[in-house]
Amino acid sequence: MNRVNENRDRAGWMAVLARATHSEIVAAVEKIDMPAIDIVKPAEVGTIMLEGRAGGSGQRFNAGEATMTRCVVRVGECLGFSYALGRDKKKAVLCAALDGLLQNPMRRNEIFEHVIAPIAAAYAKRQEEASRRAAATKVDFFTMVRGDG
Amino acid sequence: MYVAVKGGEAAIAATHDLLAHVRRGNPDVAELEVAQLREQMKLAIARVMNEGSLFDEELAALALKQSQGDAVEAAFLMRAYRTTLPRFGSSLPIDTTLMAIQRRISAAFKDLPGGQVLGPTYDYTHRLFDFSLMSDAEPPVVPQASAGLDSHMPRVPDILGDEGLIEVEAPPAGDPAPTDITRDPAQFPAARDMRLQMLSRGDEGFLLGLAYSVQRGFGGNHPFAGEIRMGEVPVSFCPEELGFEIDLGDILVTECQMINQFVGSSEVPPQFTRGYGFSFGHSERKAMSMAIVDRALKARDFGEAASYPAQQEEFVLYHCDTIEASGFVEHLKLPHYVDFQGELELLRKIRKEQEERRLAVTKEAEGALS
Repeated sequence: MNRVNENRDRAGWMAVLARATHSEIVAAVEKIDMPAIDIVKPAEVGTIMLEGRAGGSGQRFNAGEATMTRCVVRVGECLGFSYALGRDKKKAVLCAALDGLLQNPMRRNEIFEHVIAPIAAAYAKRQEEASRRAAATKVDFFTMVRGDG
Repeated sequence: MYVAVKGGEAAIAATHDLLAHVRRGNPDVAELEVAQLREQMKLAIARVMNEGSLFDEELAALALKQSQGDAVEAAFLMRAYRTTLPRFGSSLPIDTTLMAIQRRISAAFKDLPGGQVLGPTYDYTHRLFDFSLMSDAEPPVVPQASAGLDSHMPRVPDILGDEGLIEVEAPPAGDPAPTDITRDPAQFPAARDMRLQMLSRGDEGFLLGLAYSVQRGFGGNHPFAGEIRMGEVPVSFCPEELGFEIDLGDILVTECQMINQFVGSSEVPPQFTRGYGFSFGHSERKAMSMAIVDRALKARDFGEAASYPAQQEEFVLYHCDTIEASGFVEHLKLPHYVDFQGELELLRKIRKEQEERRLAVTKEAEGALS
């Protein structure tokens, strides 16, 4: 597997982990064999400046900040990273550990099957339901023709 | 001028305790949980996040609880907390075409690709009390359509843009990183990026009043709500340590595209011009007001005489910040004893001198008569 594909796959599972809830991550970790981890950079809360674009497509501007948490751990040979919005330090440590495990080809399929796939499916289901609820409010207004009087 | 005072520690400690007591209210009534506020006071939370300039729903809920629901005090708590945190970087510019739409309407175009989606809105409610909310009524079953919405909905001005009838919003050459008023003080004339950042943090009530003034003719650019959309957008970031882009999660935002009449000038053919509003959470009134004021502040770009308050950027931008405005007005409550004593003595001196002059004149007149 080349580096580009590797990064794309990794960005994919990191996105799933970042969007997972605290309880989803805690429950998932209980289902797998988690080896000992070394904390390389402890979970740290900071902010990220969120940029927007004027008109959605134009000049960049700073729209305000959001809280985020990052963490780096070592799992075996691999360095696992976690970056996510919010201030959940425990989730950050566990997600970094999972990122480390997922980089290990011996563990990847198992972790994918037991952690990433179910969390991604639950997220997709929530999104689909929200979209269907919104779709139920789709509207067709009729324009009344004004009379001559 | 405020001169520092000393003392009062015991009274201040007692006022903190009294404040906590008053905040709690009647102890026979269950205490509010932060999670309840986060889930059930979402629109208040959006305002606190916008004016606090920090997206964090849980912290905004805590701020509302701590401030007894005072949105300005809550925003102040958000700003103060923000200054204690390191900044890890800037996101990639948010792409609102990727929004998972919860609401999307246009007051200008009836038949939009993707459709008009009312979403959760008070617009079509009757503003009658729902007394069932005072009891433990079961929540209604929410209808679901058989299929979800289109995953990609074009923004309305982009549709109109294809005909060249509307002002183009494109990045300037090189797509430069924006200025940041949290790092560098505001400078005038203000560039668009600085204006939008300051409006984003601006007080909803102040911007609403200014937007209303524009509509009533004080800066008249008849606006149409080209599009209002609300939903979650992904936040992407490229950490240096990784060297590739990752998603950090999603945030709920509101975007408003105002379309305004413009007759054209010697350089620019007649076209529609644009104002842009962007805000955290579901906050349409804020996004709409921001979009109207953004367009008003473009007066200079279109060679319009900036004769009205909403078009004058120093007036608008210096006075729209909730925290600065309330700080300066409310600092008048702090002891100004030395200042006032000085004024008092000056006034006494002036009156004494005036009285002495009057007496002298009277004496002179009496002397002349005798």
